[in-house]
Amino acid sequence: MNLLRGRTLTSTGIVYIVLLLAIVVGAILTATAGRNFFSQGNISSILTGTSILGFIAIGQTLVILIGSLDLSVPFVASLVSVLAAERMAGDPANVPMAVVVALAVAAVVGLANGLIVSVLGVHGFVATLGIGLVISGYLATNYQGNTGSAPRSFRLIGASQIGPVPVSTLIMLGCAVLAILMLRRTRVGHHIYAVGGNREVARLSGIRTQVPVIAAHLLCSLLAGLAGLLLLARLSVGSPTIGQQGGYDLMSIAAVVLGGTLLAGGKGNVLGTLAGVAIFAVMDNVMAAMEVNPFLKDVIRGVVIVAAVAVYARREIDRRPAPFERPSALDAALQEAR
Amino acid sequence: MSTTTTTTPPRRQIPAHQGGLGYRAAAAVATPGGAVFVLAFGLLIATIIANPNFGEPDFVIRFFGRVAPIAIAAMGQYFVIVSGEFDLSMGAVVTAQVVMAGNLIGQDEGRILPVTCLMLLVGVGIGLLNGLATTLLKVPSFIVTLGMMLALAGLVRYLTGGAATGNPVDSFREIGRGEIEGVPFVEVIPYKLIIFLVLAAAAAWLMRRPFGRSLIAAGDNPDTAAHSGTSLWWLKTRAFIISSLSATVAGIILVGYAGVHPSVGQGYEFTAITAVVLGGVLLGGGRGWVLSAAAGAFALELLFTLLTVLEVESTWRDTVQGLIIIVAVAAAGRAWKVGRRPRRTQRSQGQAAAAAPTSSPESTPPSKGPNTGDN
Repeated sequence: MNLLRGRTLTSTGIVYIVLLLAIVVGAILTATAGRNFFSQGNISSILTGTSILGFIAIGQTLVILIGSLDLSVPFVASLVSVLAAERMAGDPANVPMAVVVALAVAAVVGLANGLIVSVLGVHGFVATLGIGLVISGYLATNYQGNTGSAPRSFRLIGASQIGPVPVSTLIMLGCAVLAILMLRRTRVGHHIYAVGGNREVARLSGIRTQVPVIAAHLLCSLLAGLAGLLLLARLSVGSPTIGQQGGYDLMSIAAVVLGGTLLAGGKGNVLGTLAGVAIFAVMDNVMAAMEVNPFLKDVIRGVVIVAAVAVYARREIDRRPAPFERPSALDAALQEAR
Repeated sequence: MSTTTTTTPPRRQIPAHQGGLGYRAAAAVATPGGAVFVLAFGLLIATIIANPNFGEPDFVIRFFGRVAPIAIAAMGQYFVIVSGEFDLSMGAVVTAQVVMAGNLIGQDEGRILPVTCLMLLVGVGIGLLNGLATTLLKVPSFIVTLGMMLALAGLVRYLTGGAATGNPVDSFREIGRGEIEGVPFVEVIPYKLIIFLVLAAAAAWLMRRPFGRSLIAAGDNPDTAAHSGTSLWWLKTRAFIISSLSATVAGIILVGYAGVHPSVGQGYEFTAITAVVLGGVLLGGGRGWVLSAAAGAFALELLFTLLTVLEVESTWRDTVQGLIIIVAVAAAGRAWKVGRRPRRTQRSQGQAAAAAPTSSPESTPPSKGPNTGDN
């Protein structure tokens, strides 16, 4: 455990170095475009850019840590935004009820994902792709366009700021802290690492492997639901396609892997994911400041994702001691002495 | 179907045949890879019952022709999936090739051959990039091909401005929409169906070659395969090359009848992966037959056709597709488990080694390449 933590810290450290590098390069590039990267407006726009992907990526981290994937997140976000908007219908009195109902639906979706993955034994990729398609069919059949509307009081969540920091980002960071505490301090958190590392070994060690799998999927869907609510607060109407437009499924997975979490599960943390999300936000901000063609942005994003992950992936492999072959420095010294 | 039985770990002696032909056929159908053929056939019958017009031979054969590009893409995706990786860049490759054909060939017939060669070369290049980044740079294939998808799709949209451009000469489009007429019984045979049949035969042959065997072995357990002397990086890179080549062929066919637009090929990767999974191929690698993946594509398209024939609202299609793949994969997971012989009688050593892959094939991580190792 100590060894694992030590290495996790290092890999997270690299991620933050890359983030720092991105900020420095971004600041220089923004300066050449004749703007100030560190102006209050720009910083708050970067932080705003992190919040939605942040919510989804935190959830995705939990799901990836357990060795699964969640491709249904964009559809959950859309579903929540539409359901909540319908219930609110512009009346502040309806807000609590609408939020509860919408998040309950998100939780049910997460529960379904978790049960299909853990009990039916379907690969997370297929299970969540399938559930995503089910939701997408439901949305396409029942909603042709934007519906409902969010009252002003609810819209404020998306718009208000404390200093340069948007409230939505603070909520996202709060969720991140809770997720970190859960992973480090609670039983479920430790079980998530154990099951993600090797499900069979975890089972033989006496862990009920279904529980953490279901918990991770449930939390992931809930966080996607929060992202949907935030999207609703920003748009003020529920849109049945808002999640898919953002491409949050693949981008959140990319952010998680960028943050140093192993796609196979069992290794990684939420802090790294936050840095991954921040790297994306800085990149987007810089490209917007430089007025890069929107289609070229995707090209740059694709190249940067692969290149950045390549940096960690190689390091990760190099740093991992082989289980049996390579003797540690102490062993080597002992052998020399003999 | 014998592929699936002979690829079980070689540590046990397996008789060449067990039981009669009927028994073996029944046993094959009981595996997910065999069941998909029954599923496809059942869906075909159901569609014909629901709409007798569909039963006309030329109608069916033209339908098979329409499925050909998806089935070809599914077979390509199979090679990557069975080796334990993903190829998400397939749809973007199809788009890139379609746009390339539209813009480079234009109305000049003399350019057909050189541009087709160029397209195949580009296909090989993309596969090579995907493969090398996955195997040598140790980046998970999910991320590599996702990056490739973003980059290629963005590049195509940037170069075309996001709108339809160019139109290849009709003789090139003939590949996708032409057909041999005057064939007895079925009346017509589309060229694309012939291409599909040739490629299917080639793929099935390839999977029986040492390359195919090693590919399955590498998907089942990359460490064992590497220790047995397999060159993992070259093996997997070839799988990626085959995958993007198949996307190229699908693109060439699609130009014929779908036209040139940056949205052609969108979502192809997920359709192909769904077809492969429906064909009983295990995500995470190591199990499945290439022709089952093609049959998965036919089953999927027949399902859509059936829904259309039954006049199910088209918006519900996604929902039905989602439910079907979950149910199919859940059933397949059970069948792969039940279908294998019990290992309890083995000595404890063999049991421990066999326990992990046997009892939890579904927990296999998405990318089992050497990059994941034993963390």
